[in-house]
Amino acid sequence: VKAINFLVVGVGGQGALLASNVLAEVGVRAGFDVKKAEVHGMSQRGGSVNSHVRWGEQVNSPLIGGGEVDVLFSLEKLETLRYLNMLRKGGLALIGEFSIPPLTVSSGEQRYPDDEQIERALRQVTEDFLCVPTLSLATQAGAARAHNVVLLGALSARIEAAAPETWMQVIEVTVPEKYLALNRLAFEMGRTYALRDNEIKYSAS
Amino acid sequence: VKTLLSGNEAIARGAYESGVRLASAYPGTPSTEILENMVQYKDIVSEWAPNEKVALDTAVGGAYAGARSMAVMKHVGLNVAADTFFYAAMTGAEAGLLIVCADDPAMHSSQNEQDNRRYCKFARVPCLEPSDSQEAKDMVGVGLEISERFDTPVMLRTTTRIGHSHTLVELGERQAGEVEGPYEYRLDQAKYVMVPGNARRRHPIIEERVSRLAEFAESFAYNKVELNDPRLGIVTDGVAYQYAREVFPEASFLRLGMTYPLPPKLVQEFADKVVRLIVIEELDPFIEEEIRLIGIQVEGKSIFPLVGELDPGVVRAAAVRAGLLDAEQAVAPLEVQDLPPLPMRPPLLCPGCPHRGLFTVTNKLKLVVNGDIGCYALGFLPPLSALHTCGCMGASIGVAHGVSKVGVRQKHVAVLGDSTFFHSGMPALLNTAYNRSDTVTVILDNRTTAMTGHQENPATGKTLDGEETVRVDFEQLARAMGIENTYRVDPYDLKQTENALRAALAVDGPAVVIAERACALLPEARAKWTALEVDPERCNGCGLCFRIGCPAVLRSNESDPKTGRLRVKIDPLLCTGCNICAQVCARGAILGREEILRRQEARS
Repeated sequence: VKAINFLVVGVGGQGALLASNVLAEVGVRAGFDVKKAEVHGMSQRGGSVNSHVRWGEQVNSPLIGGGEVDVLFSLEKLETLRYLNMLRKGGLALIGEFSIPPLTVSSGEQRYPDDEQIERALRQVTEDFLCVPTLSLATQAGAARAHNVVLLGALSARIEAAAPETWMQVIEVTVPEKYLALNRLAFEMGRTYALRDNEIKYSAS
Repeated sequence: VKTLLSGNEAIARGAYESGVRLASAYPGTPSTEILENMVQYKDIVSEWAPNEKVALDTAVGGAYAGARSMAVMKHVGLNVAADTFFYAAMTGAEAGLLIVCADDPAMHSSQNEQDNRRYCKFARVPCLEPSDSQEAKDMVGVGLEISERFDTPVMLRTTTRIGHSHTLVELGERQAGEVEGPYEYRLDQAKYVMVPGNARRRHPIIEERVSRLAEFAESFAYNKVELNDPRLGIVTDGVAYQYAREVFPEASFLRLGMTYPLPPKLVQEFADKVVRLIVIEELDPFIEEEIRLIGIQVEGKSIFPLVGELDPGVVRAAAVRAGLLDAEQAVAPLEVQDLPPLPMRPPLLCPGCPHRGLFTVTNKLKLVVNGDIGCYALGFLPPLSALHTCGCMGASIGVAHGVSKVGVRQKHVAVLGDSTFFHSGMPALLNTAYNRSDTVTVILDNRTTAMTGHQENPATGKTLDGEETVRVDFEQLARAMGIENTYRVDPYDLKQTENALRAALAVDGPAVVIAERACALLPEARAKWTALEVDPERCNGCGLCFRIGCPAVLRSNESDPKTGRLRVKIDPLLCTGCNICAQVCARGAILGREEILRRQEARS
């Protein structure tokens, strides 16, 4: 089994911690040793948040060193760039198309990077990235809040070490029962989106 | 079956399994979740105390009475509880007494990065350090056994990356039997009355105890030697062990599960077997200095940083610089060229935060604000920049009293939250009354301990387990202390708040302003959220409303034809309808809560 290092990033309140909880538990059920590290408290109040999740035969450090992230799982576009240097060359970046302008941007002092700038920066590190319209897919599924589950669905299409049922089983015990159908749909939509992207890539090559 | 648990969840589980009867704590990152998880175990009496000293005195009482007890706090909490820590080290107890202390390297949520292993040496208390959640759980029981065997309090020292990291844990069952009550109080005045005569007899006993503990540490199961390549020997502890193992998979290790006192023979034997001996530890050179005191040459902080937390990347980079690793072997963060400037995203006062109302008024009145520890400390950030000092829990009132006594030209106030006031603000408020200063104290009563994630406190009327209890009336409390001038305001009402502050500042003698408004994130407040709207006809894009620093107030894409400035819009998902921006707007362009509700009603 090959170890996989995931870095989950986003903005406080976006559901990054729920996504990393699911990711960690999926790893456990897939038979890995798993460690997960995050910070609570002051940084949660609308600040930039990150969570390290590691799957492996035996995992030592709960934190991933810079340049050792295999999968950057980003719930917010700007945050992708903030943590981009953590990704290993050629690693996978999954980016939710969700922008939350920081205060300095909303008041007009600073500029939010545009899509072209984001793509240019990404291409320096990896060609393997996928932007997922998380917000619109989640809204179609029934609630914008489920955008994190859409991105988990997309991730599941790229991780062979865990079966799709395993992901859904973990989501079932993580989200409240009344939102289960919604989250199942959100997961499927994200997964389908990424699978279609895979097909396009394979047929092109 | 193994379960993924955070270090904090594991410690709570460990307390349950090892028969702890009583646990008391004051919330503080990164330790808060320990008691939040403890409360699920009904065999344990779990409480929030007003501060860490009370929590530790409570645990001491439980242990004196014969029940396994623990106190939990963040690193700076032990400064508050230090007096108790030292006498408890002198007296010992009748049953296990464990102090869980969570250090915060890198200061993710703290004002300093003090290394509490120093306290252990200072007070002659053994220090245990887990390297993952399994050990965090198991060391609760191990610590209690050491406490009972050596008649000493024991510190279980964690760090942010132990408490907040999840790793796999094998769960056990609760140990029952002799540790369960009821307890017979054993009287022993010579041991428990620390007057000078008794204390003089106790001091040699605790020094001798340290020697016996050092002897015990020689064969302590958690002090582990792993002999591999003899060219490099690494002494390490806590989470640093995990980083070191990852960066140096071939090296030999002495992993210390007990970092005070050190086992001199074990360290000497290990040192003799390796060519180069180094220490990898976070924060202070504590192990390094102890090894030098044994008389062994060692390197540590000459290679690895003293400041901030370690991670595999930091350890690797330092090792390359010191020639311990080849540069080619080391993965490093990528250098991404052509990155646009990234707007920062510091933590903020949330939309609808009642503290924003108070700070909008203190800014208008140009007040100097002696602040305190809590969410309101975020008021120091631009654009509010409203808070001018913040040192430690409860400091605001004492500092403001000092400012007041020497006399300054500017008007100034002390600002602190409800829970912080109970923690250590009360004696300081009494001081403003007793020593008659003109200090104005503003208590931000948001009916919760917000910063650490909504814990109950004596202002909420509920205990840790959700039971109804007394609810303190701040006004009556201030009056009982001899402060006649008290004002109650709603910080969402800027005019009312301003009038009260002006009146409080004008009176001769101390005054208290109680700003009452529930944290906007509490369920009862959430139920009332109503998003405000901007009337584009009236907004000319002046930007006055940005001075309150609310994340829900945004620039729109539409500009005002006269001024050419972009008009304002309000994010309907973030806005709670607190009305502060609407009161600040000089043109009445932001439709207030009443107006919005009226329109909604008319529509339906």
